[in-house]
Amino acid sequence: MTRTPYLPPTMPLPAVTEDTRPFWEACRRRELVVQRCTRCASFRHPPAPLCWRCRSFAHEWVAVSGRGRVFTHAVVHRAPLPALEAAVPFTVVVVALDDAPGVRIVSNLVDAGPGELRVDLPVEVVFEEMSPEVTVPRFRVRRA
Amino acid sequence: MRDAAAIVGIAQSEYTKWGGLTRCTEYQLALETIVKAVEDAGLSVDDVDGFASFSNDRNEAAFVATDLGVPELRYAGMTWIVGGGGACAAVAEAAMAIATGMASCVVVYRSIAMGQFQRFGRALAGDVAGGRPMDAALGFALPFGLVNATVGMALLVRRHMHLYGTTREQLGHVAVTFRRHANRNPAAVMHARPMTLADHAAARPIVEPFGLLDCCLETDGADALVLVAPERARDCRRRPVYVMAAAEGSGPRFGCGAWAMHYMPEEDYATGNTARLAATLYRTAGIGPGDVDCAQLYDHYTGMVLLQLEDLGFCKRGEGGPFAASGALAWPDGALPTNTAGGSLSEAYIHGLNHVVEAVHQLRGTAVSQVPDAEICVVASGSGIPTSALLLRR
Repeated sequence: MTRTPYLPPTMPLPAVTEDTRPFWEACRRRELVVQRCTRCASFRHPPAPLCWRCRSFAHEWVAVSGRGRVFTHAVVHRAPLPALEAAVPFTVVVVALDDAPGVRIVSNLVDAGPGELRVDLPVEVVFEEMSPEVTVPRFRVRRA
Repeated sequence: MRDAAAIVGIAQSEYTKWGGLTRCTEYQLALETIVKAVEDAGLSVDDVDGFASFSNDRNEAAFVATDLGVPELRYAGMTWIVGGGGACAAVAEAAMAIATGMASCVVVYRSIAMGQFQRFGRALAGDVAGGRPMDAALGFALPFGLVNATVGMALLVRRHMHLYGTTREQLGHVAVTFRRHANRNPAAVMHARPMTLADHAAARPIVEPFGLLDCCLETDGADALVLVAPERARDCRRRPVYVMAAAEGSGPRFGCGAWAMHYMPEEDYATGNTARLAATLYRTAGIGPGDVDCAQLYDHYTGMVLLQLEDLGFCKRGEGGPFAASGALAWPDGALPTNTAGGSLSEAYIHGLNHVVEAVHQLRGTAVSQVPDAEICVVASGSGIPTSALLLRR
């Protein structure tokens, strides 16, 4: 079921800004990182200049295991972009990360077999190079 | 804001499938519809001194005022409540402008010819490499195929199905009920196209859990409404419809980017982001959901109607599916006739402004599928994003 790349490299690539650069640079090192507020210790994602809970601008980047569970999912059958014509059907998932409470990340599940896709399915991160500059985190089923 | 303004004029252009508008530009359609709405009110364009729209309207008020020859423009507002969440907000802001004396006669308008610009079902393409907060947010959505509203809303509805056991068949009841309403409405794009639950079940998948018949239409068309102060409304040609209460806004963390609304607190996920607005509406109006005679709800996707019904208190959280399947939304016998002209699923996609127009028809007593003696109608705009809602009364 796994195909590489899961979605074509002609997909729109992420903007690397001052706020998001550490995230995308970590992906190139094949590491998933999440912002954590150094005042109230809460995690947040997507990256933002300040903590939405305590409004501190002070933060650090914490590497996480990349393990999580499917929070919700959708299977795209009708390609909404010409770049995706050859990629349908594909799966979009929202993953709740195991070791960053409250953090959800939008991504794809690259290898769910028929009937396997479900909410709460355990998954783990894999990385896919979209260009020499950009690597994105996707997820695969975590098998015992 | 209670009864701060009244809707005294309405107009709808012809509605067609996207690309069907070939006789004029989208902009001309806006101008024609505005003129018709002013005539409906028994007023003159010379009376108009304000405009309100939403969703980064291409048909800018400054051009509209110039080309209509408005003698004095005193208010031109466009809400930041995003996309289809903004229709009721535009009406609310027109009412605010009137209530504060910024303007005395405000036209709310929206003209969308998808065939002349972009189909909404197609992806948000374009450059995400800019420095706007939106660009950074889209970087966490677009590379993963979260490229349009259909994918974003499918994720919300799938979670609702997981939490509450909502079924595809229950979504089908929403689609079929609104289609039956459209089949009675000669102006509806789907007027001549009946639909059964079997049709719904057999439709090709677009983004699971949505099939083709769970998704709103892509159309060309325009609507306009005219608002004035209540004391002036009594002298207008039509029976006034009062803005009984209005609310706009959002719970926390819904607005992280166009399709990236997946970071709100867990208790807000799988809601339509309309519950807080509902509390404001009912408190302002001094009524409850049981006092509402009919509803016009934003139906970009069948499942999102269920979430908004729950938010508005017409059934308990998680019971939207069984509520719809009970026949509650059907005209004329349902407990809450909803989207009585067919809505975005089957009448036309005017970004939710046609829902306001249909509410006015119901309260004037001029609807094609008239709810007998309708006194109060709720209208709600795009759910699942920062949004807006109205209680209208006759």
